[in-house]
Amino acid sequence: MSQVIACIDATPVSGSVCDHAAWAARRLEAPLTLLHVLDKRQYPEQQDLSGNIGLGSRESLLDELTQLDEQRGRVALQQGRATLEEARKRVTASGTEAPRLLQRHGDLVETLSEMQPDTRLLVMGKHDENLGEHIGSRLETVVRTLHRPILVCTPEFKSPQRILLAYDGSPTTHKGIDMVAGSPLFQGLECHVVMVADDTKANRGQLEWARHTLETAEFTVTTELLTGQVERALCDYRQERDIDLIVMGAYGHSVVRRFLVGSTTTCVLRNAQVPVLLLR
Amino acid sequence: MLYTLRSQWLGNLRGDLLAGIVVALALIPEAIAFSVIAGVDPKVGLYASFCISVVIAFAGARVGMISAATGAMALLMVTLVRDHGLEYLLAATLLTGVIQIGAGFLKLGSLMRFVSRSVVTGFVNALAILIFMAQLPELNPATAGVTWHVYALTAAGLGIIYLFPYLTRAVPSPLVTIVVLTGVALLLDLNVRTVGDMGDLPDTLPVFLWPEVPLNLETLLIILPYSLSLAVVGLLESLMTATIVDDLTDTSSDKNRECKGQGLANIGAGLLGGMAGCAMIGQSVINVKSGGRTRLSTLSAGVFLLLMVVFLGDWVAQIPMAALVAVMIMVAVGTFSWDSLRKMKEHPPSSTIVMVATVAVVVFTHNLAYGVFVGVLLAALFFANKVAQYKYFYTTLSADGRTRTYRIVGQVFFASADKFTEFFDFKEVVDKVVIDLCDAHFWDITAVAALDKVVLKFRREGTEVELIGLNEASATIVDRFAVHDKPDAIDQLMDH
Repeated sequence: MSQVIACIDATPVSGSVCDHAAWAARRLEAPLTLLHVLDKRQYPEQQDLSGNIGLGSRESLLDELTQLDEQRGRVALQQGRATLEEARKRVTASGTEAPRLLQRHGDLVETLSEMQPDTRLLVMGKHDENLGEHIGSRLETVVRTLHRPILVCTPEFKSPQRILLAYDGSPTTHKGIDMVAGSPLFQGLECHVVMVADDTKANRGQLEWARHTLETAEFTVTTELLTGQVERALCDYRQERDIDLIVMGAYGHSVVRRFLVGSTTTCVLRNAQVPVLLLR
Repeated sequence: MLYTLRSQWLGNLRGDLLAGIVVALALIPEAIAFSVIAGVDPKVGLYASFCISVVIAFAGARVGMISAATGAMALLMVTLVRDHGLEYLLAATLLTGVIQIGAGFLKLGSLMRFVSRSVVTGFVNALAILIFMAQLPELNPATAGVTWHVYALTAAGLGIIYLFPYLTRAVPSPLVTIVVLTGVALLLDLNVRTVGDMGDLPDTLPVFLWPEVPLNLETLLIILPYSLSLAVVGLLESLMTATIVDDLTDTSSDKNRECKGQGLANIGAGLLGGMAGCAMIGQSVINVKSGGRTRLSTLSAGVFLLLMVVFLGDWVAQIPMAALVAVMIMVAVGTFSWDSLRKMKEHPPSSTIVMVATVAVVVFTHNLAYGVFVGVLLAALFFANKVAQYKYFYTTLSADGRTRTYRIVGQVFFASADKFTEFFDFKEVVDKVVIDLCDAHFWDITAVAALDKVVLKFRREGTEVELIGLNEASATIVDRFAVHDKPDAIDQLMDH
C-alpha cells in the first residue's frame, strides 16, 4: 500500500496522467510507478477462411501465430518503451523524484489486481471512447475490481485548488471523508462537501459531522445541501464554484441496477470536465 | 462481468461469426460421418454436435475450442448401439456427462500431467488413423453402391480441398467440395451412396426426451462400462485439445472447469437425442485458423449447423458419401502429427516406443482409453528405469585391509534395489564393512528391505557392519516422514 501507479499508454491523455501522478506522488511522498501494459488481445486476429487442414497444419499454424505475435509484440514493446521514456522525462521535469518504469504483458485489469496490495493510488486517463453507455467500459471494470482510490484524469492538468466531496451519508462516503481528512493528498486545499438530498435534520447533521471532521484536519470547509438530480446538481455546482477535482464513492450499486438505471459514477465521469477521484 | 462479456463473447465479432460458419460447414460432414461409424441415424450426431457446441460455449473453460460429436467417442459406442439400441446410447451419454462432472469436481483434470507428450502424440496419431480407417468401408468395392465413380469423386474432392485455397481463401474449400460434388452427382445422375441413404436427417429442432430405458441395475451395468470409457476418452481428447488451443492462442484455461463443461454438454446432448461427444482437435485448429477466438464462434458454429441442416435438409440428403469421405480424409490428415514422424530420429527411442505402442493399442482395440493407459504405463516404466540408472558406487579398502567402505550415490527404489544388492562383495573377508549412505536416497520399502538383506548377509559372515547416514537416506521415504510437506524438504533431500 505504498506506491502511486500511473497507467500510461500511447493516447494523448497520458501526458496529463503523468502530471497528475507526479502531483499526487509529491503530495503523498510516495514512489511513483509508470505502468504500461501490453495486451495482446487488442491486436486484430488474422483470418484464413479456407477451412482446410493438411499434414502439419497444427504445427505450421502455431509457427505462424507465434511469428505474428512476435512481430506485433516487438513493435508494441518498442512503442511502449518510448512512451514510458517520454512519460519519465515529463515526470522528472516536474520536479518529482525519478519514477520506476514498468512494462507487463497481459490484461490491464489482471495486472492491476496483481499489483493492488502495493498500490496506494491509481492514476488513469479518461478515454472518451471507453466510456460507453453500458458495455465495454474498461475503466468501470478496473474501478469495480480494485479496492484502491483511483484518480481519473482529464486531458489537461491544473494543480487542484478547490475540491468537491460528493457526500450522501452512506458508509462509503463516510469513509471517504475520513480518508480525505487523514491523507496528505489534499492538505491545505479548499474543500466543498456537497450533499444532494432532501433538506432534513438528519442530513444536516451528517453534513455537520463531515464539516467537523474536515475542519479538525485543518481544511477550509464549505458545506452545501442541494436538491434535484444528483449528477446535474454536482456538475452545476462544480461549474459555479470553479472546482478542480471531484471526490466520490464509486459504483455503490450492483451491475444489474447499473444496467437498468444507469450509474451516477459513469454519468459524473462522462460529464465532469475535471479529474475525478473514485473511492471504493 | 461486462468486461468478461466483452472479452469472451463480443471482442471479435466479425472473426468469430465467420469462423463459426466455417466450423459449422466442416462439422456437418463430420457429424454425419461419425453417426455412420456409431451405427445411428445422422440426426443423432447432428443434434449432438448442435447441443454440445451450444452448451460448451457457455459452460466450457477453453474459449475458442470446438466440441461436438467425435470419431473417438463414436468408435466406443458401436457395440452398445448394435446390441442394445439407440435408447441405451442416450442413457450412456447422460451417465457419461455425470461421470465427467464428477471428475471435474474431483479435480481429475490435473491428472493430465501424468500423460506425457509422447502419449499425447500417440493419441492424436491413433485418432487420425481411426478416422481414416472409418472411411474405408465407403471405399470398399464390396460395399453396395461403391463403383469407380466413388473413387473419382473422392479424388476430385481431395483435389478441390487442397488446391482451391490457392485460388481464394475467402471461401471454405470443404464447402466448395461438397457443393461441387453434390452438383456433379446430381447432374450426371450418378448412382452413388448419399447421406440420405445413411438414415434420418433432422427435420425439426431437437426436442427434449428422456431415454426410454428401464431404470434398473441391469441397465446401469450395461451402460456403465461404455460410459466410463466414453468419459475417459472424452476428457482426454478435450484436455489435450485444450492444451493445443492454449498453445495456439497463447492463453491458459481451467482444465477442471473444462471437465465439468464437457459433462454438462453431454448431459444436454443425451436429453436432446444426441450421442456423446467431446472436443475436436481438427475443428479447433480450423476455428483458430479461421480467426475464431471467443465463445461466440463456438456458439455460432452450433447454431449455424442446426439451421443449415434443418432448413437445407433435402439438399444435405443428396450429398454423396464420397464428398464426406474426402472431407474426413482431410480431417484425418490434418489431425495426424507430421512432426512426430520427422522427429522420431531426434527423440530418444523410449519416447518413440511409447508413441508407437499407444497407436498400436488403439488401432488394435479401437479404444483410445486403452491406448493412453498402455502409453502412460510404458512411459512410467521407462522413467523408473532411467532414474534407476542414476546410481554410482565407490568402494575403498582401508590400508590394513581389514575395513571395506562402500559409498552409494543415487536413487535406490524398486527398480534399482537388485543392482544395489549385487554391488556388495560378500565373499571378501574383512573385519568391518562401512556402508556410507550419505548421498543415497531410499525411496520405498523395497530399497529398505534390500539394505536389510545386505546387512544380514554381512553379519552372517561374521563381519561387523556400520551404516553412515541411514536416517538421512531413508528420510526420502517421504510418505512416512512427510518431509515433503515442509518447505525445506528439497534441501533436506538434496543436501545430505
